[in-house]
Amino acid sequence: MTPDSPDTPHGLSFGHELPPEDSAAPGKGTIRVLQLYPRDMNIYGDWGNALVLAQRLRWHGYTPELLEYNVGDDFPANIDLVVGGGGQDSGQLVIQDDLLSRETTLKAMAEDGTPMLVICGLYQLFGKFFKTRTGSVIPGIGVLDVETHGTDERLIGNVAVSSPEFGTVLGYENHSGQTTLGPGVAPLGTTAKGTGNNSSDGQEGARYRNIVASYLHGSLLPKNPAVADFLIKTAVERKYGSFTPGTPDDSYAVLAREHAARRPR
Amino acid sequence: MLYISVPLGKLVRRVSRLRGGGSALPGLVVEKIDPGFMRRTLSTLPLGVAVVSGTNGKTTTTKMVVELLESQGLKVFTNRTGSNFTRGVAAALLGEVDWRGRLDADVAVLELDEAHAVHFVNQVPPRYCLLLNVLRDQLDRFGEIDKTAELLQHIAAKTTGTVVLNREDPRVARIADTLKTDTVTTVPGGGPDVRYFGLDDSLLSTFPNDDEMRAAPGSPVPPAPPRPPADVVLRRVGADDADFEYDGAMVTTGMKLRGVYNIFNAAAALTLARVIAARGTAGQGLASEGKPAADSAGLLKALANVAPAFGRGESLVVDGLPLELVLVKNPSGFRLGLKSFPAAGYATMVAINDNYADGRDMSWLWDVEFDTLRDGGVDQLTGSRAYDMALRLQYDDVAVGAVDPEIAPALAAFIRGGQGKPKRIFCTYTAMLAIRRELSKITTVEVVS
Ligand SMILES: [Zn+2]
Repeated sequence: MTPDSPDTPHGLSFGHELPPEDSAAPGKGTIRVLQLYPRDMNIYGDWGNALVLAQRLRWHGYTPELLEYNVGDDFPANIDLVVGGGGQDSGQLVIQDDLLSRETTLKAMAEDGTPMLVICGLYQLFGKFFKTRTGSVIPGIGVLDVETHGTDERLIGNVAVSSPEFGTVLGYENHSGQTTLGPGVAPLGTTAKGTGNNSSDGQEGARYRNIVASYLHGSLLPKNPAVADFLIKTAVERKYGSFTPGTPDDSYAVLAREHAARRPR
Repeated sequence: MLYISVPLGKLVRRVSRLRGGGSALPGLVVEKIDPGFMRRTLSTLPLGVAVVSGTNGKTTTTKMVVELLESQGLKVFTNRTGSNFTRGVAAALLGEVDWRGRLDADVAVLELDEAHAVHFVNQVPPRYCLLLNVLRDQLDRFGEIDKTAELLQHIAAKTTGTVVLNREDPRVARIADTLKTDTVTTVPGGGPDVRYFGLDDSLLSTFPNDDEMRAAPGSPVPPAPPRPPADVVLRRVGADDADFEYDGAMVTTGMKLRGVYNIFNAAAALTLARVIAARGTAGQGLASEGKPAADSAGLLKALANVAPAFGRGESLVVDGLPLELVLVKNPSGFRLGLKSFPAAGYATMVAINDNYADGRDMSWLWDVEFDTLRDGGVDQLTGSRAYDMALRLQYDDVAVGAVDPEIAPALAAFIRGGQGKPKRIFCTYTAMLAIRRELSKITTVEVVS
C-alpha cells in the first residue's frame, strides 16, 4: 500500500485493520469512507465507528473502501461518507490550521448532502468556534451553526438520548466544552440520561442535512445500528440511486443496548 | 515525643479490623487528628521515600522494587494491601509503627495512583520516584492523558533525589525536560537526578504507546528516534528468561513473571532498586551517584523469583489444568495481553465489567484488535458488559461461544466445557476479583505464580 496515494486505502486507521473479506461475493457497489484525522483525532475508540461502517457495508452487500485524511495529506476525491472523531486538546491544536484549509471542500460536501458523522472534538470544530476558558477563540469551519465554550466542568458518563429519527441513542460522553445550537441546526435528540451538549438545555448533538454530530462515543455506531444504517443508506442512495439492504445480525447489538441502558451514569 | 494520635489510630485500626471494615478509616482518623503524622514518620527513614506511579503495572513493579531491596538486606515499608491512596498509606503506616510512632524501616516504597500521588507528594516530598507510563485508562476519571502526564510531572517536580523515567513513553520521557537536572550529580538546588529505563530497538514495536498504536501494520518500522542512555535496558524477552543490559554488560536471568510488559517493568524496578541500594549498601551515604554498589547477583536472583502481585495476572491450576488470569484494563494492556499470551491450544474467556474501579467507559474495547482470537474463537463471555464485548468481537469476525453477564454460571460453564484444554481468562479488575472468589468456591485453587 502506498501511503501517499489519495486513492489507495492505506493504513486502515493506524494499527487497525478490517477483517479479511470472507468471499468474493458479487458486490452491489463500492462506497468510499473517509476518516478525518484518525492520527490526531482518534481517542475513545473512534476506530469503532469506521469499522462498523465498513463491516455493515459488507453485510449489506457493498464494498467499503476505507480511506484516511491526516494533516498535510492530499484530500481524496469522490468521497461518499465521512467519519471523524474526538481528540485531546493537543490533537485539536495539531489539526486546527489544516482543517481550516479544508473548509471550502468540507462545506461543499456537507451542503451537497454527503453523509457525515462527527464526534466530540470534530463536532466542536465543525461549528463556528470554540472559545476556551482563558478566552482565546479557536475558529471552526462553520459547517454547523453551533458554538462551543470551554468550561471547568467535565461532563462524563453514560448517556441515553431520545432521538425523533433514531429512537434511543446510547453512548458515553467525556467533554468539558459546552455546545449551544443556533437556529441553523436541530438537536440529535434530548437527553434521557446524561448531559449532552451542555449542562443547561438537555439537548444532545446536532443534525444538519446528512450530518450527524454528537458528543457520544463508546463507540456510537456499534450500539446504534440505526444511525450507522442511516449514514450507509444515504451514501448508497446518493451514489447508486437506491439502497437494497442486507440482513446484518443485530442480536448482540440489541442485547448490548439493553444492558448498557441499565448501567449507572 | 509521644503523639496521642498513634495509639488512637492503632486502636481504630484494631476495631475496624474486628468489624471487618476497610483499611482507610484508621488513616482518616489519624489524618484528622494529626495531619503531620505521615510526613513526620516517613521523614525518619534513612533512605527516604520512593513513589511508584503510572497507569499500568504499579502494583507488580512496586512489589519487585520491594523484593529487590530486601535482597540487599534493606528493611522496606510498603503499602502492600493495594491501598494506593494517601489515606491508605497512613493506615498501612499505623499497622507498622510501634506505639511510640517509630517505623522500623530503611526506606518506604509506595505505590500511588496518579491523582493521589499528587496529594501525597505535596505532604511528603519523596526522595525517589519511578514513573512507568501514561496510557489510556480511566479517562473518565482524569479527563485526558495529557492531564495524567501533568500529574506525573508534578510528582517528579517534588522529588528531591532521583527521578526514574520510562524512556520509551514520550509523555513520561518528556518530563525530564521540565526538571532542572544534571544527570551526573545532584547539584544542590539543581533539581533531581534523572535516570531512565529503556527497551532495545527490536522490542519497541511490541510496546505501542497510545500514539504509536496507530502505526499501520506491515508498514516499515520508522527508525527509533535518538534517545538518552538508559541505566537498564531490556534487550530480549524469552519464554522464561530475559536479557538486561546495565553497567555496560549483558545479563540473562530466568523470569517467573509472564508478559513482556511485566518484564519491561522489571527493568524499571531494577533501575530504581539499583539507585536506592547503591546508597544503602555502601552505608552511611558513602556510595557516590552513578556508581551503584548494589550486589548485582543478589538483585538478579531476587528478580528471577518475583511473582506477579495478587490480582495482576496469575497462573492457577484448576481441576488439574492450568488456568491463567490476565488483567486487562486499557487498550495497551489488552493488546499486550493478546500478544504475550498466544491463543492457540487454549480455551478463552473474556470478562468485562464496567464498575467504577474498572472504568465505566467502554470505548476502549474498540481500540483493541482481536484478530489473534479469530482462529480459535472465544468460548465464553461474561461481565456486566459481556454483550458489548460480543458486539466488539462480532465486528472483528471472531466467533463467540456463549454469553452470560453473570460471572458465576459463566465461569462454571467455561470450566466444564474446557475439553481438557488449558484455559485463559482476560478480565477487568472487578471481574478478576469475582472470578477468584468463584474459583475458590467451586474448586481447589493452586497458585503457581
Ligand atoms: Zn468525547
